[in-house]
Amino acid sequence: MSTAVLKSEWTKIRTVASTVWSLVSALVATVGISAALCWAIGATFDDLPQEQQATFDPTVMSFAGMTFGQLGMIVFGVLVVTSEYSSGMIRTSLAAVPRRGTLLLSKLAVATALALVVGLLTSFLSFFLGQAILGEHSIGIGEPNILRAVVGAGLYMALIALFSMGFATILRSAVLSLGILMPFFLMISNILSAFETTRKVSQWFPDQAGSKIMQTVPGTVETPYGPWTGLGIMVVWVLAAVLGGYLVLRKRDA
Amino acid sequence: MIELEGLTKRFGSKTAVDHLSFQVRPGVVTGFLGPNGAGKSTTMRMMLDLDNPTSGTVRIDGKHYRDLPEPLKHIGALLDAKAMHGGRSAYHNLLCLAQSNRIPERRVGEVLDLVGLTPVAKKKSKGFSLGMGQRLGIAAALLGDPEILMFDEPVNGLDPEGILWIRNLMKGLAAEGRTIFVSSHLMSEMALTADHLIVIGQGKLLADTSMSDFIHRNSRTYVRLRSPQQEQLKDVLHGAGITAVEVPGAGALEVDGVGAERLGELAAEHRIVLHELSPQRASLEEAFMRMTADAVEYHAHAPGRPELPLPGRAADNPARPADVPAWGAGFEQARQGGE
Repeated sequence: MSTAVLKSEWTKIRTVASTVWSLVSALVATVGISAALCWAIGATFDDLPQEQQATFDPTVMSFAGMTFGQLGMIVFGVLVVTSEYSSGMIRTSLAAVPRRGTLLLSKLAVATALALVVGLLTSFLSFFLGQAILGEHSIGIGEPNILRAVVGAGLYMALIALFSMGFATILRSAVLSLGILMPFFLMISNILSAFETTRKVSQWFPDQAGSKIMQTVPGTVETPYGPWTGLGIMVVWVLAAVLGGYLVLRKRDA
Repeated sequence: MIELEGLTKRFGSKTAVDHLSFQVRPGVVTGFLGPNGAGKSTTMRMMLDLDNPTSGTVRIDGKHYRDLPEPLKHIGALLDAKAMHGGRSAYHNLLCLAQSNRIPERRVGEVLDLVGLTPVAKKKSKGFSLGMGQRLGIAAALLGDPEILMFDEPVNGLDPEGILWIRNLMKGLAAEGRTIFVSSHLMSEMALTADHLIVIGQGKLLADTSMSDFIHRNSRTYVRLRSPQQEQLKDVLHGAGITAVEVPGAGALEVDGVGAERLGELAAEHRIVLHELSPQRASLEEAFMRMTADAVEYHAHAPGRPELPLPGRAADNPARPADVPAWGAGFEQARQGGE
């Protein structure tokens, strides 16, 4: 990595429209949907069964919209990589920076840093707005584990974006990458987690393991890992995707 | 200076580039000629380290492309007009390239000016015409003020004005002492711009020669004969050991390697009326087509190699005398003998 290549990648990212709309939609969807769900649960809290009231996690509740908001991060991650391929820009880029590891790492570093900034902004906004709406059922940021969960939510969004970048580097196609990642994270992973038997497998998926970081109240479902280990499992997935992307980029003809 | 040594690229069982070795010398325009599908673009992509060679090496100023610290300052390349991000403005497309090689930002404005794109610098490049895209690609190639410039089919699809502009630009750059390497499938285009020629067919090197030498060797002369007694004339020529080839539809015969005087005398001896007896000079385009057609023939005779269709095949070439040695073959021998 060099500062010159980082600067170049920053110019690339800030000068395409998809960056802005994908990141803005990630933020708006997360904050907006979370706020709406907080309002709904707050209004009907007393009607909830006793058991659900006891395990109610206001922090997790204020991130409820992230299931949809993360799609914006996936789109951002996929397009950052595949826009080079769809246009043939990749040949120009590689002619300018022939060391492929340098090019890929610089791109991923800049895009992930941006995703982290937007992710943290999203998680803090979502948390404070959600807590304000929850009112008497809310929790303060100073309470134990809460700051970890909020920062963790921002990290989670950046990691989802980075995972998508690695995945898209392997596949090189936006349509293919989005066609696999979006249904997987929006539906398949969540559906599998709804059943006791399939949960044994799906709890190791990157999003399921990573989202453990946002939990502050022990839930009804047990996991064999804690919040940081869960995030660690997600990091392993992300590193595998990035490594796969690097190996493919290094060997393949551009 | 670009040096290729035994450069080979196989895609599955198809050999796209076959043990190419040549040098591109500074200060001249070197034309890289071959029919479509001869392996020109693949060779150029390997020169830029975009495609991995199956074997062989390319060195640029003695180094592997990957080891050039800021490659745009050594070599600029136009590979295709669409190699830019359409959603980004012309200015920003160039800016990110400049930044990656520590080229000052003002240079972006300079090259845009040079190619005449300043008025559309802030426009997204996806709205550009082919000619404008080509100019943007050339601006990118010139960005690092490199000593070596490589253009892949730069005049393809351009209007006459654009062609003239690129031709003059290349000549100007060579006059500044730069190394210019330009590919084309048109001999006529090369004849106007190139000082040196490298011809490939089926991925193999067919010629590595100066343009003037190529013209000198390949300005084939032959004689065209037309007679109302054509069959009789053919028998007479055959009897004299001269091979005449019929030009289908034209009602004429063509003879290689025998002077018009001798043919006229022969006809007179046998009291054959001639309507035409004219020495002809083959075009360079024709010479190029013969040369590459030979490459196909050679491959077709080699065992285990699929014959691939190429333009200008011998079978389609009516002017070709059947048992006169092939032009390209003779050329090839002369070239190898001369080295």
